[in-house]
Formats: sequence, C-alpha cells, structure tokens
Amino acid sequence: MSETQIYSLRVNGKLRDVTDAWLGESLLYVLRERLGLPGSKGACEQGECGSCTVVMDGAAVCSCLVLAASAVGADITTIEGLTDGALTDVQQAFIDEGAVQCGFCTPGLIVAVHHLLDSTPRPSEMEVKEALSGNICRCTGYGRIFAAVTRVIDQRAQQ
Amino acid sequence: MSIHIPTSLDDALALLHELPRVQLLAGGTDFMVEVNFNKHDVHDVVALRRVTELQQWHHDATTNTVTIGAGVVYAEMEHGELATLFPALAEAARTVGSPQIRAAGTLGGNLGTSSPAGDGLPVLFALDAVVNLASHRGTRSLPIGEFMLGPKRNALAVDELVVSISMKTTTGWQGYAKVGTRNAMVISVASASLVLDTVSGTARIALGSVGPTIIRCTQAEQWLQNQYDISARKELDEAIATEFGLRVSQESRPIDDHRSTAQYRRHAVGVLAKRLLQRGCVQ
Ligand SMILES: Cc1cc2nc3c(=O)[nH]c(=O)nc-3n(C[C@H](O)[C@H](O)[C@H](O)COP(=O)(O)OP(=O)(O)OC[C@H]3O[C@@H](n4cnc5c(N)ncnc54)[C@H](O)[C@@H]3O)c2cc1C
Ligand code: FES
Ligand code: FES
Repeated sequence: MSETQIYSLRVNGKLRDVTDAWLGESLLYVLRERLGLPGSKGACEQGECGSCTVVMDGAAVCSCLVLAASAVGADITTIEGLTDGALTDVQQAFIDEGAVQCGFCTPGLIVAVHHLLDSTPRPSEMEVKEALSGNICRCTGYGRIFAAVTRVIDQRAQQ
Repeated sequence: MSIHIPTSLDDALALLHELPRVQLLAGGTDFMVEVNFNKHDVHDVVALRRVTELQQWHHDATTNTVTIGAGVVYAEMEHGELATLFPALAEAARTVGSPQIRAAGTLGGNLGTSSPAGDGLPVLFALDAVVNLASHRGTRSLPIGEFMLGPKRNALAVDELVVSISMKTTTGWQGYAKVGTRNAMVISVASASLVLDTVSGTARIALGSVGPTIIRCTQAEQWLQNQYDISARKELDEAIATEFGLRVSQESRPIDDHRSTAQYRRHAVGVLAKRLLQRGCVQ
C-alpha cells in the first residue's frame, strides 16, 4: 500500500472503504473522522486512558494504538456495533447506577465490560478491577462503575 | 510512505531487504505513540501481525528449551502454560500497562524498543535468554546481553528482525517485582527479576530502570551463592537477605530523571532484591 491507496476495514460486520486517508492514521482517527463512527473517544492518543477501546480479532485494544491501514483483514467491533439500537444490559446498568457523569470514558468502559463478561461471566472483584485498569475515569471515582458491573453480573446470573 | 502486511516470515524478510526506509510494526504500543505525536516519522511500515510464525511458542522437552515468538503478546504469558514454565515472565507481563496494552504488546517490541524500563527485559536477562534474529542474509542468535546494548540501542541490523527468544526452563523459584507510582499503567521506577536455580545451586538477578541497560548483578549473585546453599533451600537468615539487597543496590547505576531520583532508585532496587530473595526462600 502506498501513500494514498484505498483500503477496506471490517467494522461491526461490514466492509468499509477508507479513502483519501493518510496511511499513518490511527484506527481511532479513521473510525471517527473517516467512517462516521464517533462513539470511540480519543483523550490521550497514547494508550493510557482506554476511552478508545475497541475489540479487534477478539481482543480489547486501544484503537489509538492501531495503525488503521495495518488492520486490513481484522474483525473490529466498536461501541456502535454492540447493539442495533436498544441499550445493552451493561449500558442500562451504567445508567441505573449513575456510573456516567461527563461520559467521556463511558464508551471505552462499556466495550471493556462487555469484553470481560463475555469471557469471564462471574469475575471476582479483583478480576473486574484488573480488567478495567486500562480505562481511566476522572469523574466517578469508579465506585458506581463497579456497582454497575456487579449489577450486570447478578442480572445475568439470574437469567 | 507505504504499508505492507506480509503473511510469512520469508515475505517479511524480503520486504526488509527491498524497502529503503523500513520500519517494523508489531503491537504498535510503542510505535503508534511515536506516530500519533510525531507524524513525520513514518516511512515504509512492515506490519508483522499476520506473520503467524512469530506468534507461536514451543517447548522442546529434550533440551528444556522454550522458544517464544517475537509476536507473542503479554496476555499470553500472564496465564496458562507459559506462566507455569516461567512465573517471572508471567509476573512481569502482568505489570505491563493495562489489559489493552497486554493484548497488543509483544516481547519483540520490548526488545525492539530496548528501554531499560522494559518489563520483559530483566526477566530475559535473569533467564540468560538468547535472541534469535533473521534477515534475508540468514539467521544468528545472540545472548540477550549482547543484543541489548544501551538505552534504546541494540544489535539489530537494519534488514533484520527478532524472530524469537529462547530460554532454558529452570527448577526452583523465580519472580519479578517492580516499583512505580501505582499498580496499573506505570513505567517502572526500579525493577528486578530473580531466578534461583536449585539444580545448579546458582542465583541470577537482573535489574531494570536503574542503569543505561539491564544490569546483571554478578557480584551479588556470587556472594549469595557463597553464603547460602540455594540447592538445599534451607531457612534464610534475614541478615543475608538484607546484605544481598545492599550488594544489589551497589551494582545498580541509576540516574535522576522525571520519574524518580537516582538515590530513591538505588534504595528501591535493593528492597526489591531482598524481598524477592525472601519470597524465593520461604516456601
Ligand atoms: C499506555 C502504555 C503503557 C505501557 N506500559 C508498559 C509497561 O508497563 N512496561 C513495559 O515494558 N512497556 C510498557 N509500554 C511499552 C510497550 O507496550 C512495550 O514496550 C511493548 O513490549 C512494545 O511491543 P509492541 O509489540 O507494541 O511493539 P511496537 O510498538 O509495534 O514496536 C516497538 C519497537 O520494536 C520494533 N519491533 C517490533 N517487533 C519487532 C521484531 N520482531 N523485531 C525487531 N524489532 C521489532 C518496532 O520497529 C519498534 O521500533 C507501554 C506502552 C503504552 C502505550
Ligand atoms: S485515546 Fe486511546 S487510550 Fe486514550
Ligand atoms: S464519567 Fe467523566 S471520565 Fe468517566
């Protein structure tokens, strides 16, 4: 691929062409600015805050640290791809527990929580804290976030 | 600039040979920070994520050697079989950044960056790892101490890449410890990895973030072996552990920088050494 070549990314199950993009752009930038998917947030662009978290080939990663053009062939799921409209149980629990204040960290956290509970349905408190340690929230103090996660774990266990 | 996504090692090596200003990209956790903040620095990128040969590891039981592909991510070292074979590596992997960073970051990238603060590196030094390199010209293997030469300096040639790292399994305790301002998402201020080999009766300790490169404390190792029978694993005198910590401190060569002072680092690395030794001997 040279400087201006068009490439395609598989995002939320659909192949999307990326045109007119500089090849050095991060996946976060391409999602937001080229593909109209602004759900993933950018706060640090150096992997520290987790607000840009997406799932790529089954792993939760910082989209700001993925060179978009190198992600050709990968399966990418963003916050927009978690649901086709209705709120997910994790989103609803965040609302119910008041885990959203400014909301900037929320999309990354929601993706990270879904990813955790998909692989580990009954995580311990320590496992939850470790799994979310790459998602920084400067508003809530995390208490309400952990309460929301606990709520989802309990709800899913009852189903 | 151009981006290439080879699917085999041979194709990757051919690209390294042909492209004029080639840059390797693995997990991107060091590379992309540079790109995001310094956009002029991108040339001909060879992304290694589809080269499956680099993402595998295997255990050769006849030679007790484990070879870990340069593209194996930290998340894979944290749990499971690799963690059982090399607990020190698992502990170090678990301290890297955050789950998102560990899902992408690789040992090859840690070696490529060659930062004295790289968490994988003290473990590789303490395990006497060998770095396996390849280029279109052929392959070579270097002891880790001859690969990493200084801060962000290593023996990699422009047309070469790290294929894998080989290490002998050991019998006995091994561990890693790190000091930083918090538990997650922190670059180490001082770190140490200790391997107690009960078969050969030897101890090996390597330090991170307290010198221009990783430091093996050969004098402290020798001293310990003379004071304490590592094979017998009898109870350890606290005085020996304290003295070991002091001697390790003396072999460190820290500097002042934005993360800490030399004085604190020298003290902290001695505390880590003492603590690791006590952990290793109380079993
Ligand atoms: C938020 C954050 C937190 C971090 N925390 C830590 C931490 O706690 N501890 C720590 O040690 N590191 C940390 N890092 C740094 C980084 O994650 C590690 O150094 C990691 O090992 C880099 O691996 P990578 O696969 O992402 O490398 P990349 O970024 O893809 O590459 C890094 C360098 O290595 C070269 N390279 C990659 N693969 C090869 C190869 N096979 N052969 C030769 N050269 C190669 C590249 O060309 C580049 O120069 C952190 C980074 C971020 C963004
Ligand atoms: S924007 Fe990607 S981690 Fe902060
Ligand atoms: S709600 Fe504001 S950063 Fe988390």
